[in-house]
Amino acid sequence: MTPPHEPEDEAYRPRLIRSYTLTAGRTAAKVELAMEATLRLQAGAEAPVLSPSAAQVLEVCDRRSVAEVSALTKMPIGVTRVLLGDLIEQGLVRIQATINDSTSTDERLELIERTLRGLRNY
Amino acid sequence: MDFETTKAQRAAASTKIVIAGGFGVGKSTLVGAVSEIDPLRTEALVTNESEGVDDLAAVPTKATTTVAMDFGRLTLAEDLVLYLFGTPGQRRFWFMWDDLCRGAIGAIVLVDVARLDESFSPLDYFESKGIPFIVAVNEFDGVPRYPAEEIAAALALPADVPIISLDARDREQAKGALVKITEYALMRLRESLTVNAN
Repeated sequence: MTPPHEPEDEAYRPRLIRSYTLTAGRTAAKVELAMEATLRLQAGAEAPVLSPSAAQVLEVCDRRSVAEVSALTKMPIGVTRVLLGDLIEQGLVRIQATINDSTSTDERLELIERTLRGLRNY
Repeated sequence: MDFETTKAQRAAASTKIVIAGGFGVGKSTLVGAVSEIDPLRTEALVTNESEGVDDLAAVPTKATTTVAMDFGRLTLAEDLVLYLFGTPGQRRFWFMWDDLCRGAIGAIVLVDVARLDESFSPLDYFESKGIPFIVAVNEFDGVPRYPAEEIAAALALPADVPIISLDARDREQAKGALVKITEYALMRLRESLTVNAN
């Protein structure tokens, strides 16, 4: 991981200059984001001024998963999640459903059946 | 709001299957054989001392390393994408497994018969978490073939766990393994419903 720029100010402790400078030091996303969760740009949302890293995430995220956004932007998965969490909170991006602890058995069955049908025809 | 619209919005748009097994057993090969894209890599930051992931704020001065996870993608329908995640092999990266496995349909444990012991830990993991899994013996060229019952016995597999053999390089065989784990997960889920109903 190479930080985007090196700090000029020596008082800024070098060991803190890591990927999490992109997230202002925050390490936890505000929403639960599964690796495979698909992101969608919110139609009609007007983007405010974003940090370069957030803008990069916004640019590649539509119809891609959290893991793909991490891979394409070459940002660690944790950093990607924090930035995506911000974009979701800002109403610029929404997240599509995945299986989680609150998924009903019916929904789980339906998803596995759809997956099986898809795989057999793949 | 239109009911069908809300139902479509609620339906999952993506899901995943986890590919586990020892180092060099063919996990990435299997993912690459069926993925519609060249497999991608995502990384998580790890602090060596805590082995906690992405926990740098609490321990800013500790050395960090990264753990890489390769994954592939299969578009199964207009509204459904399946991701295949290979697990990081080393034992010390196991904390990532919970993240990878949460919400997964199930797991394929790839096995090399010459190094059966390397699959014990993944098998224990999925059993203890109640995640449906199948065993797939990757038959490299020239490797002696053992009957499935012998391998199942050597791995102390529960009786109902499917065991198949495949060539991880072969797209159709890799796809067959995905079908198998999905069928098995479906059967397990239906069985649990029957048990609950009685």
